[in-house]
Amino acid sequence: MIFQNVVWTLVLVGMGLVAVGFIYVVAQAGKPADEVATRKSTHTAHVLQAWLFAVLLVGFVAGSWATLHRFPIPPQHAELGAPQVVEVVGRQWSWQITPDTVQAGSTVEFRVTSADVNHGFAIYAPDGRIVAQTQAMPGFTNKLLYAFRQPGTYTVQCLEYCGLAHAPMRTTIQVVAPGGK
Amino acid sequence: MASLTLYPDDERLAGGERAAFNLYLISALALFVLMMLVGLTMRMAQAKWLSVPPNLFYELLSMHGAGMVGTMALATTAVMWFFLRKYVRLHLWAFVANYVLFMLGAVCIILSIFVGGYGALWTFLYPLPVRGMGLWTSDTAALFMLGYLLIGVGSLLFYLDGAAGIIKVHGNLGRALGLPWLFGGKIDPAHPKAVVAGTMVIIANSLGILAGAVVLVMSLINIFYPTVLLNALVAKNLIYWFGHMYINATIYMGVIAVYELLPRYSGKPYPVSRPFLWSWAVSTLFVIIVFPHHLLMDFAQPRWLAIIGQVVSWGAGFPVFVVTAYGALSNINRSGMRWTMPSRLMVLSVFGWAAGIVPAIMDGTIRINLVMHNTQWVPGHFHFYLLLGVLAMVLALMFHEIGSRAHAPPNSGADKLGFPIYLVGGLIFVFAFLDAGHLSVPRRMAEHLDAWTPTDRLGSIGAILVVLAMLYFAVRITVGLLRAPRLGASGVRAQDAAG
Repeated sequence: MIFQNVVWTLVLVGMGLVAVGFIYVVAQAGKPADEVATRKSTHTAHVLQAWLFAVLLVGFVAGSWATLHRFPIPPQHAELGAPQVVEVVGRQWSWQITPDTVQAGSTVEFRVTSADVNHGFAIYAPDGRIVAQTQAMPGFTNKLLYAFRQPGTYTVQCLEYCGLAHAPMRTTIQVVAPGGK
Repeated sequence: MASLTLYPDDERLAGGERAAFNLYLISALALFVLMMLVGLTMRMAQAKWLSVPPNLFYELLSMHGAGMVGTMALATTAVMWFFLRKYVRLHLWAFVANYVLFMLGAVCIILSIFVGGYGALWTFLYPLPVRGMGLWTSDTAALFMLGYLLIGVGSLLFYLDGAAGIIKVHGNLGRALGLPWLFGGKIDPAHPKAVVAGTMVIIANSLGILAGAVVLVMSLINIFYPTVLLNALVAKNLIYWFGHMYINATIYMGVIAVYELLPRYSGKPYPVSRPFLWSWAVSTLFVIIVFPHHLLMDFAQPRWLAIIGQVVSWGAGFPVFVVTAYGALSNINRSGMRWTMPSRLMVLSVFGWAAGIVPAIMDGTIRINLVMHNTQWVPGHFHFYLLLGVLAMVLALMFHEIGSRAHAPPNSGADKLGFPIYLVGGLIFVFAFLDAGHLSVPRRMAEHLDAWTPTDRLGSIGAILVVLAMLYFAVRITVGLLRAPRLGASGVRAQDAAG
């Protein structure tokens, strides 16, 4: 399953729920309620508001735990011990990637920095979707861990605007099958 | 508490006030249209319907980013001034000084971009401004930064005047925010929401502007003394602290129009409550500390900052969903509200804000940011709550004000046609961005691959519709504002608008 599709579905559902709430109320807005109905609907509104708060709170706690309990960014000041290491330097407007061939099936540690301005090191799978990224920043080295599942030609595209030739600042990484075939 | 009279006498603008207010609104309308045309040009270039050389594209992008944020700030400052002046004493000179400094700053920015060739975007991320690679000089970048400084000084003047006025009436900013009522006590139902929101903006955005001033001065020192190097990560933190706060302040200034006007159109009171005060107290803190979500892909950033970025981004949804959107919907539910331009735009604005933060919250999640950062997902969500949220708030006040001069809320046939064109065009435009982000299309790129053009073309069509509607709104409102002010009694009551 493509991760972006899951995110897209969640967002469409979330926005859809917001839209349904608005459409429902807008449809009712033109129909004035009498005093009794107003009092009743005010009470219902307070109860619903409490429920909305409770549901969002549960989502907040559960979602935060689910997305943070295994922190998605590797420690930056420790030895990561990945079986493959790739050094990446971005500069206006090219990438220096050493080595530029890695194996699928085992983790690669990308050590990403910049020789001049801020760049964005984004890896695009052959299907055109981003699979991982980090910033390439002057004076800092960002360590990114990623395990390629499928062999193929992956594109590295600069994702942080860096001047005139930002768009064509791209290159490729070859991902070969385990064992180098 | 906000008045239920549609056009209360204490909102009537005297000679100098009216001239200044008109100047703000008409300038903002003209700038919105111009900046939209710049945006449309870029979308059409990405769609390969127009040929725009990359250097010009990035100049336009710099103009559009700085111009739209600045114009939004200009317009929402007028919103805040319009309502806050009813509750505290604001000096006209501070309001006018902000306008003059804004325009001087805008001239610096325009000259640096279109004469000097500056193309390092609104973000001026160190050290790009001094590495123009022959396209612009360091002096040009300095002129751009000087423009920002002038605009920032203008905003600070306005906020200082507002703070002085608020403190004079409420004793201190904490009381103005309603902090003593958070845990108990009888809330004064007449405590104005405009004061609560205005106080929050003054606190948060003053800090943001000061952060911006620090990084601008640091960058200027680096420009004139190149041996003084900056820490790129520190500079980036300060830039996003400033940038995030500055644009978010526009939402909080703009929403004052909804708090003040919605009850007049629904005919139902909309007083302060404890949840409301909690939401604004929490938002004050959240908006100050949420900016690290812009730096989630800077792995060198301390881990606790990234966690704050995510957790606070998620938490920021509570006040919007549970209090502002829910409160607005409760207010209009079965109110018998009649649909006119101000009421339509207000409801749209709250929808745009609430729906727009759904993809924003997603993007503030570290795992998701790993594949969405700097894709068109980002302009997708911020255009959602700026175009369909904040701009709609501003337009609501503008239409309300021209209604006050004509003694009736605007609702002509052309208005009824313009609104759906704006809404449908806006939705097409923002969903094209979001879909492109979901497909991993990068943002801020002059040349697009052929595979990316379908969403660019869809977005361009949406943008054309928005520009057409906005052109109509701009002309309609400008003509309305230039009409002679109303005379005599305050006229229409809320019940009349509510039908």
